[in-house]
Amino acid sequence: MAQVIAKGAEADLVLKDWNGLQTVHKIRKPKKHRHPTLDNQLRRQRTRFEADIIHRAKDAGVPTPLIYQVDLENAVIVMEYIDGVKVRDLVDYITAEERVDLFNRIGWYAGRLHNAGIIHGDLTTSNIIKQGERVVFIDFGLAEISTEVEKRGVDLNLMNRMLTSTHYNYRDQILEAFKEGYRESLGEEADEALERMEEVALRGRYIEKN
Amino acid sequence: MFHVFELISLGVESTADNLGIGVVTGEGEVLANITKIHVPEEGGIHPREAARHHSENIGNTIRKALDAADITANELDIISFSQGPGLGPCLRTGATSARALATYLKKPLIGVNHCVAHIEIGRVTTGAEDPLTLYVSGGNTIVSGYESERYRIFGETLDIAIGNCLDTFARAAGLEYPGGPDIERRALKGSKLIPLPYVVKGMDLSYSGLLTAITTELETGKHSIEDLCFSLQETAYAMLGEITERALAHTGKPELLLTGGVAANKRLGGIVHDIAEEHGSTPYVVPIRLAMDNGAMIAWTGILAYREGLITPVSESFVNPNWRMDQVNVPWRR
Repeated sequence: MAQVIAKGAEADLVLKDWNGLQTVHKIRKPKKHRHPTLDNQLRRQRTRFEADIIHRAKDAGVPTPLIYQVDLENAVIVMEYIDGVKVRDLVDYITAEERVDLFNRIGWYAGRLHNAGIIHGDLTTSNIIKQGERVVFIDFGLAEISTEVEKRGVDLNLMNRMLTSTHYNYRDQILEAFKEGYRESLGEEADEALERMEEVALRGRYIEKN
Repeated sequence: MFHVFELISLGVESTADNLGIGVVTGEGEVLANITKIHVPEEGGIHPREAARHHSENIGNTIRKALDAADITANELDIISFSQGPGLGPCLRTGATSARALATYLKKPLIGVNHCVAHIEIGRVTTGAEDPLTLYVSGGNTIVSGYESERYRIFGETLDIAIGNCLDTFARAAGLEYPGGPDIERRALKGSKLIPLPYVVKGMDLSYSGLLTAITTELETGKHSIEDLCFSLQETAYAMLGEITERALAHTGKPELLLTGGVAANKRLGGIVHDIAEEHGSTPYVVPIRLAMDNGAMIAWTGILAYREGLITPVSESFVNPNWRMDQVNVPWRR
């Protein structure tokens, strides 16, 4: 039994039974238009890097899927299937109190990631899953290692933009909760990153600057 | 022969080293497309030298284009010109001539964005309606697509353009100018892949590190020119392929259009073809004669703008060397 959950430009996600466990296989398929040597090298590198970052995130105390196997030869990561609800789809169906609490935690985890030198690279509410009481961060395919304020600001800006575009009804409320959690876990460096976030947003084109 | 055309547009292109004059009808028929290229004696394009070349040749080139189209200047309905982006001195030369012509003939003047023109000439000649576009040339490397009123940029180079990278390497290696075709020919005989920096960041890419690395490899004298060309092409085009594929998956556009001077490259054309196929999209490549900077694309885009009532008053016809394509309203795409 195997079911394709997502087909991206970079990889396919397949839901699959694996040694009696429900797992997700992230498969970086060969690209026939790339030179085979280059293709193998890129797929190997990225698979190893992503698995490594997922592991580092756990070390930093941020819940991420368990990794069962990393197959560099075929560029496959076999990981735990997180059977929950994307935060994106949850926001509208919970109480104000629960929302504040959830985004406080998300902010806190984001601070932990940044503190550990991890830039998620695609920090949106589609990539955070609530599974019971667990809040799990997924998809580190665009992640990088950095402690630069600029990178942190850009990372946060993605979340900020998502709140404005998708969760506009509660934007101010949840952004405050997010910032509070972020400050709490990152400490002194948080304000600089949050300020940079505002700056990055203003850099966008067609933004009214007052 | 006696022609009756709904609308005839003259287009002046002078953003960089190509001086182009095109004459195009409202039906999209190219009546004339004359290009005069400035070839520097040494080094890259010197804006002042290129501008001088353009001003010395523009009168003649306009004459040739009118003759080729078999019309007189009075039969022109509109004068279109490339208003940016590009090299200031070169742009100003073309703009000055276009202004003079429009004022003298008492015809409407239309300022056109050069990058948008590359997309529009690709659309009209291939029949693509709503493509994701990979626009690759000496000065630009942009992945874009139409989204509410404008051509949005999904990915682009963070430093130098692909054509710039190829030309600079070709010059260092003593190859022909422009570098693309010569590199392509030699790459066919190469086989060894030299490891080079592959820099893709999300949907953007960077070529400056690749250029430095390939130039360093050239200087070691350890590799054949064929292997160097092969490795440069494989790496540079794989990067383009990756950002194009990301943008295609992201936008789900039904068509993929390759345009700009580097579109003539067969290896890149093959990559674009494979990617389109993989994502159920139809691939299109602009015809070679309209791939490089040319006047016809400016003339045609001028027609599209004119039909929407977008006329550029002479008082507002100053050039804009940094005019991004996503700052341009394209009401004809609504």
